[in-house]
Amino acid sequence: MSDLKVKNKLGESTFVSIAKSLTSNRLTFSVIILLIVVIQNIITTPGFFNITIANGLISGYIPNILDEASELVIVTLGMTLVTAASGGQDISAGAIMAVAASFCGLMLNGTEYRTDVFHSPYIVAIIVGLLGGALCGAFNGFLVSKLKMPPMLTSLILFTAGRSIAKQITHGQTIYIMNPVYKWLGVQIPGVPIRTTIIVSTLTVIIITLLTRLTSVGLYIQSVGINDASSRLVGLNSSVIKLLTFVLYGVLAGLAGLVGSSSIGSVNSGELGLGIEMDAILAVALGGNNLGGGKFSIAGSIIGAYTIQAITTTLYAMNVRADQLNVFKALIIIVIIVANSDVFKAKIKRFTQTIFSKNVSVGG
Amino acid sequence: MDNVKQEQNSSDGMDKQYSDSGTTSPSLRMIGVGKSFPGVRALNNVDFNLHCGEIHALMGENGAGKSTLIKVLTGVYPMDEGKVYIDGKQTFIRSPLDAQKYGISTVYQELNLCPNLTVAENLFLGREPLKRGLIDWKCMNQEADKLLKELNISAESTAQLDSYSIAIQQMIAIARAVNTECKYLILDEPTSSLDADEVEGLFKLMRQLRKNQVGIIFITHFIEQVYEICDRITVLRNGELVEECEIENLPRFELVKKMMGKEIEVLSDLNVHIDESIYESEVPVLEARDLSSGGSKVAPFNLRIYKGEVIGFSGLLGSGRSELVRTIYGADKAIEGQQYIKGKNVIIKNTLDAMKHGMAYLPEDRKAEGILADLSVRENIIIALQAKQGLFKRLSRKEMEEYADEYIKLLNIKTASQETPIKSLSGGNQQKVILARWLLTNPEFMILDEPTRGIDVGTKTEIQKLILKLADEGKSVAFISSELDEMLRTCSRIVVMRDRQKVGELTDSDLNQDTIMRTIAGGEQ
Repeated sequence: MSDLKVKNKLGESTFVSIAKSLTSNRLTFSVIILLIVVIQNIITTPGFFNITIANGLISGYIPNILDEASELVIVTLGMTLVTAASGGQDISAGAIMAVAASFCGLMLNGTEYRTDVFHSPYIVAIIVGLLGGALCGAFNGFLVSKLKMPPMLTSLILFTAGRSIAKQITHGQTIYIMNPVYKWLGVQIPGVPIRTTIIVSTLTVIIITLLTRLTSVGLYIQSVGINDASSRLVGLNSSVIKLLTFVLYGVLAGLAGLVGSSSIGSVNSGELGLGIEMDAILAVALGGNNLGGGKFSIAGSIIGAYTIQAITTTLYAMNVRADQLNVFKALIIIVIIVANSDVFKAKIKRFTQTIFSKNVSVGG
Repeated sequence: MDNVKQEQNSSDGMDKQYSDSGTTSPSLRMIGVGKSFPGVRALNNVDFNLHCGEIHALMGENGAGKSTLIKVLTGVYPMDEGKVYIDGKQTFIRSPLDAQKYGISTVYQELNLCPNLTVAENLFLGREPLKRGLIDWKCMNQEADKLLKELNISAESTAQLDSYSIAIQQMIAIARAVNTECKYLILDEPTSSLDADEVEGLFKLMRQLRKNQVGIIFITHFIEQVYEICDRITVLRNGELVEECEIENLPRFELVKKMMGKEIEVLSDLNVHIDESIYESEVPVLEARDLSSGGSKVAPFNLRIYKGEVIGFSGLLGSGRSELVRTIYGADKAIEGQQYIKGKNVIIKNTLDAMKHGMAYLPEDRKAEGILADLSVRENIIIALQAKQGLFKRLSRKEMEEYADEYIKLLNIKTASQETPIKSLSGGNQQKVILARWLLTNPEFMILDEPTRGIDVGTKTEIQKLILKLADEGKSVAFISSELDEMLRTCSRIVVMRDRQKVGELTDSDLNQDTIMRTIAGGEQ
């Protein structure tokens, strides 16, 4: 009798611990979704893993996804930090992309709308573009951290006005930058076989990861996001930390804007990064991050971003039209929301418990 | 709102034994009320009687059961045991709507009015006078003006509500409550954010309502106010009724004693040794001169804290004891006065400044201001030190683990591992983690605000021992506790606070429960 009890106990502990670590690990969900997408692709797309070299560039299905996801990955990094620190989301990423790209375009083209001569060095233009992004981020951050406004409402200002401002910067036109050097950032640096977008997004991920790991930024952000009052009492300046995440978000969105406009060789402030903020929020949620702030996982968010891009690419490959795509995204959102709801979690818990108790009765 | 009918009804069907005071039997009575929450007995066999036309103080320290009693009465919580009689008839109050139906209205500390509507709209919200299906604005404004005039509230019915001060808004909230045929009015700490003149205005209104035969339950922490306006008083402690009587039959001292608990223990293990010489010879570790964080928080105070002493801050809840230490620590902004650390004038703008000057602060509300719930025990321990060191001098993982390990052992923290989220620890162990957090910063002056509240007895003793040990090591400790014997066991000096003011400093032979409670009570001795 006592022997049996011990066995049961052992059985419970291993079973429960596996179930617990799976359900509590924030990465589980996004990894599962990514796996589903990959398996689906392996079945339907024969050449999924094929990698060829065309025009001096590594190309194929997977490099293609990595390339197309790069803007989203960069914006998602910023969204992750903003969400963690402020407990809200900034929806002005697309607009900031347009502003940053317009600043960059202005520096390169001057007043001309189509030219192949740079009016200032490319690196200077990039820096000015990023500063433009930082300025936008600082504006949002100031309103959130000092005036205590909710992030989504705050960023609605730039969401609404940003693209118009960008258009003013470029004198109301779409500008075309014909100098081939401009495409280095968004397409390829001559002689390098990997698309620059993949390099840039990977480097950004590494830099942000190092920033949160090597300095205390990550800890501070989580601390402020979990409990503002406690953080203040241990000497953290919560408003500065929040402001910092918004500035970082601005810079990252700016970078995404530069990459995006470089890849098409023009600055079209009406179209650049349209709707990217919503995908970024989705990626953050998909990565198992709490949209109410606090603990965050950069790895989760990145997996989330690539998953979204993989789904998009897959659906296009399956001849789903662009206008139908959003229905599929909505389905994913429904699944995430339901899976994260307290009611559902409680149900799952009860479900696993009943399964377990059945197992025991069978075993005994 | 006349009382004749009520008086007639109130006598039938009721046992005379419950009408313990006054000539009329109470109009609202609660008998043998019990209420439990998981793990807590919030109310145990509590009787409460409210007459029409009286102001009845409901007093008690934190966790005494005041708010539970009110919530049971207003139908927010169902009661486990007990009965409620209104005008002699047994009544079942199952929801706040029920309560309103029986004429019970509550005005909470946080006003639930609409600041961007007019005064009249607020007064008549949800029951606007109609004329042919539309709101009769003229009638509504006239009625509102009449009501305001009747109650002597100086407000225009057509002005927007938030153009008035909090005090006036509160009176409007009361007017609204009274206007809904209210016989019983509950005022939950209405005076906590008012200044003296505003309190006087509110009292005028309350007296007026008393004349109109409204029974008022007045919850407050201000003893002076209780003696100024109340007729009768009910005192609760730990969910039990300890006193119900006419206010003049309960001297202040007795009231404080009843609120704080009167069991005077033999303090055999009082091992505080005071070196009197330190007070003259040494420069204080910390000195505050006329420091204040504004009238409604804490009035200007002077204070010296010396090396190696445990100084206690005593007073009832809301007396300003927490606000005082928060001002010293820079958690509440000081608006006037000076601070000196070891004789040097310093300006403490924020908590980080205070930490850099060797201070540490364990807040009163562990959940809201102490723990970082989702972070691990390790992160919770190192966070203050890391914040002090700044962004770029990050502690290595190894250092963090060593520190966490050291303090988990030192303070005997019971946790599955360093990586366990702090929220899954017991209250006592959470508190130890917060203590570890501050000990790690090696402070010279530690402020401990209710470090032993809501934790088990074993941990309590451990924390008391730790306080004495810290003082032995030459650190200064400011200690706040609602339990007097605990303070007497550890403190060499006790500062007494009353109604947001520092009213005394007790040492030596004055360090006994009696003197402390007399000082807290103030007024006639």
